[in-house]
Amino acid sequence: MSLLTIDNLSIALPKGADRALAVKDVSFTLDKGEILCIVGESGSGKSMSANALMGLLPEGVTPSAGSITFKGRDLLTLSDDEMMALRGKDISMIFQEPLSALNPLMRIGDQIAEVFEAHDLLTPPERRKRALELLHEVGLPDPDQTIRAYPFQLSGGQRQRVVIAMALALEPKILIADEPTTALDVTTQAQILDLIEDLRKRHGMAVLFITHDFGVVADIADRVIVMQHGEVVEAGEAETVLLNPTHPYTRALLDAIPALTFRDSVEQTAQPILSVRDLDMTFTTRTGGFFKKPRVVKAVQKATFDLYQGETIGIVGESGSGKSTLGRCLVRLLTPQNGVVEIGGRDISKITGDALRQHRRRIQMVFQDPYSSLNPRSRIGTILTEGLIAYGEDKAAAREKAKELLTVVGLDPSAMDRFPHEFSGGQRQRVGIARALALDPEVIIADEAVSALDVSIQAQVLDLLADLKDRLNLSMIFITHDLRVAAQVCDRIIVMQRGEMVEFGPSAQVLGNPQTAYTQSLLDAIPGKAHEAALAKQKEAQL
Amino acid sequence: MLGFIAARLVKAVFILLAILVLNFVLIHAAPGDPAAVMAGEAGAADEKFLQDLRERFGLDQPFTVQLWNYMKGAIQLDLGYSYRQQMPVAELIWDRLPATLLLTATAFVISIVIGVAAGVLAAQTQGTWWDTLISSLALLFYATPLFWVALMASLLFSVWLGWLPGFGYQTIGANYTGIDRVLDIGKHLILPATTLGLFFTAIYMRMTRASMLEVSRLDFVKTARAKGLRNSVIQRRHVLRNALLPVITLAGLQAGQIVGGAVLTETVFAWPGIGRLMFEAISQRDYNVILGVFFISAAMVLLFNLITDILYGIVDPRIRLTK
Amino acid sequence: MSAFWSRFRQNRGAVIGLVILAIVIICAIAAPFLFPRSPWSMVQRPFLPPFEMEGLPLGTDALGRDVLSGLFHGARVSLLVGLVSTVVALAIGIPIGALAGYYGGLVDDALMRFTEFFQTIPSFALAIVLLAIFQPTLAYVILAIAIVSWPPVARLVRGEVLSLRNREFVEAATLSGQSNLRIILRQVLPNALPPIIVLASLMVATAILLESSLSFLGLGDPNVMSWGYMIGAARTVLRTAWWLSFIPGVAILLTVLSLNLIGEGLNDALNPRLRKRTS
Repeated sequence: MSLLTIDNLSIALPKGADRALAVKDVSFTLDKGEILCIVGESGSGKSMSANALMGLLPEGVTPSAGSITFKGRDLLTLSDDEMMALRGKDISMIFQEPLSALNPLMRIGDQIAEVFEAHDLLTPPERRKRALELLHEVGLPDPDQTIRAYPFQLSGGQRQRVVIAMALALEPKILIADEPTTALDVTTQAQILDLIEDLRKRHGMAVLFITHDFGVVADIADRVIVMQHGEVVEAGEAETVLLNPTHPYTRALLDAIPALTFRDSVEQTAQPILSVRDLDMTFTTRTGGFFKKPRVVKAVQKATFDLYQGETIGIVGESGSGKSTLGRCLVRLLTPQNGVVEIGGRDISKITGDALRQHRRRIQMVFQDPYSSLNPRSRIGTILTEGLIAYGEDKAAAREKAKELLTVVGLDPSAMDRFPHEFSGGQRQRVGIARALALDPEVIIADEAVSALDVSIQAQVLDLLADLKDRLNLSMIFITHDLRVAAQVCDRIIVMQRGEMVEFGPSAQVLGNPQTAYTQSLLDAIPGKAHEAALAKQKEAQL
Repeated sequence: MLGFIAARLVKAVFILLAILVLNFVLIHAAPGDPAAVMAGEAGAADEKFLQDLRERFGLDQPFTVQLWNYMKGAIQLDLGYSYRQQMPVAELIWDRLPATLLLTATAFVISIVIGVAAGVLAAQTQGTWWDTLISSLALLFYATPLFWVALMASLLFSVWLGWLPGFGYQTIGANYTGIDRVLDIGKHLILPATTLGLFFTAIYMRMTRASMLEVSRLDFVKTARAKGLRNSVIQRRHVLRNALLPVITLAGLQAGQIVGGAVLTETVFAWPGIGRLMFEAISQRDYNVILGVFFISAAMVLLFNLITDILYGIVDPRIRLTK
Repeated sequence: MSAFWSRFRQNRGAVIGLVILAIVIICAIAAPFLFPRSPWSMVQRPFLPPFEMEGLPLGTDALGRDVLSGLFHGARVSLLVGLVSTVVALAIGIPIGALAGYYGGLVDDALMRFTEFFQTIPSFALAIVLLAIFQPTLAYVILAIAIVSWPPVARLVRGEVLSLRNREFVEAATLSGQSNLRIILRQVLPNALPPIIVLASLMVATAILLESSLSFLGLGDPNVMSWGYMIGAARTVLRTAWWLSFIPGVAILLTVLSLNLIGEGLNDALNPRLRKRTS
C-alpha cells in the first residue's frame, strides 16, 4: 500500500480567474523512499497540488473534489488542528525562494527550535542541541556560528539548507519540495540536489519534487508526472517517460531542452566590429553613516575581447560573476572606470551627453524580463517608434518600419495599436527584439533574454534569434547563466567568475575541453547530463 | 548599533543648526526692521529700545557676523528676550517644557499602544464587523480636526458630565503633594492626551492593519505554517514583529505632528506648556518666543526620532549588526 | 477609464465620499448667489439658536452673523485652500522627488537631506511661524501649507522613480537615444501617477485640516470667513453656545472624511497590486 494516495483531486480557483479549476482530476501515489517529480510549465497546477497536500492553499482556492489519503485518513477532511499536528511532523515542505523563506528578524537556531516547539517536543536545551545536529547534517559550515546568525547573514544556498534542516527536524515521512533550486545558481543547485538525494536515502523519506526543469528530473526522479493546464498528461517511471515519452506535450517539452552540442566558430573578419580592452567596473556603495567604510565591489576586471561581424559571443557565469555588469558597460548604461570599448573604430567608453546619444543606436540590448521591459502605458507602436523618432526619423516612416519589424519577429502588424499587457511573455520578448532591431544596430546584447521564459517558449525565441542572426548577419553578445543555451547559440564563450574572465575560446573548446577547474565545475553541475548520454545511446541503438 | 546612533546624533545636530539658520533668515525676511520684528509690535518698542536691540545683535554689522552671533547665542541656549513677558525666552520655555513633554509623550504612547492593538485586532478579524468597526473609527478619527474634538471632549466630559477636569494642569489652590498630586495631574492629563493622540491612533491603526495583512502574505509566514505552528504563535512571533517595522518608521515621522498638534491641544485645555506659550505669543506678535518654541519643538521631534530609531535598531537585526 | 470607474464604484465608501464632496462643492459655488451679503455682516441679535427663526436656520453667532452663510462661504475657502495648496505642494514635491530618484548619487543625497529637514521640523509649528512673521493673507496661508506639505510628495515620487528607473523599459528608452527629460516625462512619471493621485486626494484633506487649525489660532486671512475661524471665535462661548463650535466642526469633518473616502477608493481602483490579486 502506498504512503500517500491522491485520488481524483480537483482544486477550484476563485471566481473571475482565467479558468475554473487549477487542478483537475489528478490522481497519483507516493511510496516510501521514492522521489516523485511533478513537472510542468507555469500555470500547470503543479504547485497547487503540492500546497493542497499541506493544507496551504492560497486564500479563495479550495479543493473541490477527490481525496488525499495518508495513514488511512483523508487529509481534505481533517480539521485545522489535526492538519497543524501533521504539518512539519509527518509532511514537511521546502519552498522556491530561500531569500524570503526565513523570518528576517529571528535567529536561525530559534527558527529551527520552533519546529519542536510547535509539536511540544523536547526541552529548550535539547531543541538547541538537535538544531546544531541538523545544521551539521545539512552541511552548513560552522553550525555553532550559524545557529546564532540571522538570515541576512547567510547566502541563498545556505538559507535553503536551513529551510531543509527545519523540514527534516522531525523526520517526516514525506518531504514536499516546491521548485527548491530554481532560484539558485547551477553549482549550488547541484549541491542541494545531492543533499536531498542523500537525505532521502538516510531517512527513507518519500520526496515529492516539483520542478519545471527536465534536467533536474532526469538527475533525481524515480517516477515522473507531467502536468499541463491542471491535468496529468503523462505518468510513469522516470526512465520510460524521459526516453520514450508518449504524450506530445511531454515530447515537446523534452525537445525544447537545448542540447549540449556546440556550433562551429564563424570565420573571423579582419576587423572586429566591437573591441573591448581592459575594461574595469568597480562599484562603491556608501552604506550610510559617516563612520562606515564604503563597500567596494570589483564587478568587472580587465575584460578584454573582440567581437567579429556575424559572430555570437556568450558570456556565462553565476550570479555575481559580473556578466550583466559587463553587458551594461558595453551599452553604456554604466560607465566603466577604465578600459576601452571600441565600436566601428570609436571608443565609446567615456563619451557622454549628445556624443553618447549619437552612438547609442549602434549597440542595442534585448532585456531579460518581458514583463518589465515594455512600458505598460505605451502602445507597441509607440514603443517601437520612439527610438527612430528620437533619431530624427519621420513619424510615418518610423511606423512603416515598425510594422515591418513586427512581421520579422513573427507578430502581426496589428499589434501596433495594442498595449503590452495584451501579449504573452514570449510575444513581449519578440517585441523587445523588434525594438532592439529598430535602430539597425551593429551589435546586439541579449542579457538573459530567454531566462524568464518557459522552456517551450524559450526554444521558440532562441530559434527566432538564430534565424535573425543568419538573415541579418547580426553580431551578438549573449549573456546567460545557462550553459545549455550558451552551447546552442554561441560561437565563442567567455566564462566569468567574480568579475574576471577565467576562460575564453570557441564553444567547442570551452565546453568540450575546459581548461579551468571553475568551468569544469559549472559543466559538472548542469543537470540532466546522464539522461543526455542515455538519449545519445538510444539514438545510436536506433541507427 | 553605536555607530548607527552616533550617525543619527550627528544628523540631528546638523538639522538643529539648519533650523537656527532658518530662524535667523525668517527674522530678516520678515517685512520691516528686524529690530522691530524682534521687539514685537509691542508698545515697548520705542526708538531707544530698538537702538538697544540693534547694538545688542549688531544689526549694523555684516550679515554673516550677525548670523555667527545669533548661532553662538543659540548654542548657549540664549534664545533672545521676550519684551512682552520681560523674561529671557529660554527661561519661559524651560518652565513650560515639562508639561509639554508629559503631554506629548503620553499622547505618543497612548496612540501607539491603542493604534497597534486595534490594528492587530482588525487585521486578525479581517472582513468581520470588528474589522469594519475599527476601520470606520480610524477613518472618522483621521478626519476629525484636533482642536474641535478637544473642544467637544471638554464640553462633554468636563462641562456636561463633569467627569474630568477640562482645564489646566492641576487643581488650582488644592496644593496636593505626593501621590495625590500625581493622580491630580493624571486626571487633568486624560482629556488633552487622548484628544491629541486620537488622530495618530487612527494613523497607527490603519498602518498596523495594512502592514499585518501585507506581511501575512510573505513567504516566511508560509514556512512557519509548514512547521505546524499554531496561528496565534505565527501572528505574534512572525507577522506582528515584522509588521511593526513600518509602524515604527511612521511613528518617527509623525512625532513632529504630535509636537505641532500640542499647540492646539494646549490652547484648548489651557495646558501650561510651550504650545500655549506659542499661542499667546502669536496674538502678541512676540517673535522671539515663537521662534524659540519652534526651535525647541524641533529639538523634541529629533529626540522622539532618535528613540524610534533606537527602537527600530532593537527590533531589526539588519540595522543592529551591520556595524 | 470605464474599467477604473467600475472598480471605483465597487467601493461604497468612495461613492458616499463623492456624494458628500459634491454637496460641499455645490455649497461653495452657490454661496455668493444664496448669500449675496457678506458673511461678516450682522443680520440679527447675537446668539440666536438654530431652528428658532425662519430664514436663519442655523442661528447667529456672538456678533449676530448668519451661521449658515458663514458655512457656505467657509466651504469656498476650505476647498480653495485645500486644492491650491496641494497643487503648489505637488509642483514643489514632484520635481524634487523625480530629480532625486532619477539622477541618484549626490543630487539625490542633497535633495533628500533638504526634504528630510522639512519633514523633521514640526510642520504645523513651521506654518505658524511663517504666518506669524508674514502677513496672514489667503495667499500666504496657501503658501505656508504648501511649504509644510510637499515633503511626502517628494519622498513618494522619489521612491516610485527609483524603482521605475531601473526597470528595463526605462533602460531601453535610454538606449534608444531619448533625452533624460523626455524619459522622465514620458516613461517614468506616467507610471508613477496612480500613487501620486491617491496622495494628492489625501493631501487636499490634510490641507483643509491645517487651514482650519491655523484659522482657529487666529492665523487665517482676517478678511475671509472660514470654518476654523468660526470655531475659534466661538471657543470662548463654548459653555453657553456650544453649537457655534459644533456646526462648523461637523462641516470640516464631513469634507475631510469625504476626501479620505475618495482617496481610499482611488487607491483600490488604481493600485495594481490589489488588481493583480483579484484577477
